[in-house]
Amino acid sequence: MPSLIDMRRRIRAVRSTQQITKAMKMVAASRLRRAQERVLATRPFAQQARQVLSSIASRVDPSAHPLLERRPGAERGPMLVIAIAADRGLCGSFNTNVIKTVSGLIVENQGRPLSLGLVGRKSRDFLGRRGLPVRFDYVNLPKIIGYVEAEAIAQPAVEDFMSGKVDSVVLVYNEFKSVIQQQVVVEPLLPFRPESLPPGEASAVEYTFEPSPERILDVLLHRLVVAQVLRALLESNAAFFAAQMTAMDAATRNSTEVIESLTLEMNKIRQAAITREIIEVVSGAQAQ
Amino acid sequence: MALPKHLRLEFVTPERAIAHEEVDELQLPGEEGYFGVLPGHAPLLAALRTGEMWYRRGQDVQYAFVDGGFAEVLPDRVSIMAQVAERAEDIDIQRAEAAKRRAEDALSKPSLADAEAERTRIAMLRAITRLNVARRSRRQL
Repeated sequence: MPSLIDMRRRIRAVRSTQQITKAMKMVAASRLRRAQERVLATRPFAQQARQVLSSIASRVDPSAHPLLERRPGAERGPMLVIAIAADRGLCGSFNTNVIKTVSGLIVENQGRPLSLGLVGRKSRDFLGRRGLPVRFDYVNLPKIIGYVEAEAIAQPAVEDFMSGKVDSVVLVYNEFKSVIQQQVVVEPLLPFRPESLPPGEASAVEYTFEPSPERILDVLLHRLVVAQVLRALLESNAAFFAAQMTAMDAATRNSTEVIESLTLEMNKIRQAAITREIIEVVSGAQAQ
Repeated sequence: MALPKHLRLEFVTPERAIAHEEVDELQLPGEEGYFGVLPGHAPLLAALRTGEMWYRRGQDVQYAFVDGGFAEVLPDRVSIMAQVAERAEDIDIQRAEAAKRRAEDALSKPSLADAEAERTRIAMLRAITRLNVARRSRRQL
């Protein structure tokens, strides 16, 4: 039977763990709010870009652009899978879900040449050992994810696609549905599909193009690809904090339960010790 | 058709919206040179390069740093979709100065490969433009 002191020590240990999980939950909650705002802040760009794209579509045939090219046999052709997870754990099944989905993709596409782009330490450490060629990895994401990071990730994907090394590129990441729900999505990145943008009103205005419609379309499409990667990164970031918040909340509640049952146990032990002492005193008095 | 009196400026980057306001006049760094826009401008779609931009409302001029992207100009509305942009007051001068010094050091080495030198020159251009924008807006204050 554990002694009273042992029980007290265990309760203290659980309580300090609880304090940590509670603090982490609070930090995650405040970061989540900011992360959500950043996701929303990417919308105006996508909307306006979509509008411009539809204006250009009336002048140049956008489907002729190499970033939009759908190659025959692409479903069986080489594919680059970009897996976006987090650098840190303690966030429930956030990282596991991404890894599981990617592993599923790998099994499904056996025999098809796959390469991986791994974002986040958890993704690199696990998926990097699958024996598939790793095109790039990107760990230690900064606290504030911006265009530069998204470009660093989009760059190799665009290069491989344009050079014909791969016929398609997909993103796998956690989409932020709500605070309690994150969902892993597999989203095609290249060939780029303009339909994936929120719709904008097409304008019938006759523009002057400077330097040329082709050049604008080229610039626009490249930006849009990066913007899509950026959105995925920010969604994943928001989902991470949501997952961490939920996980830490569960941990805090769980430790309350553990403390309760340990306290009960401790009281039983204390009561048993007191009873034993009384019996000893009483039987000692009787013996005299 | 009467000319519109103001321009509605929508200034966004993939990261965030920079400005959303009514302006009287603005200037942008087009890929083929700087151009100004007044209300009633002919519809234009222009690619942008690294440079300074400003917009004016009455006497109040705002400067900003723009790095690539493009602008859609309509008679009563200008949408700027920059890949990176910062208002003058948001520019981190120390960081820009450090970047400029780094680029200068790198360029002073004779062993630099061509592609590397090109990248460094672009980085230097960015840093110098940022500093110029920041300085312009401070002088005005």
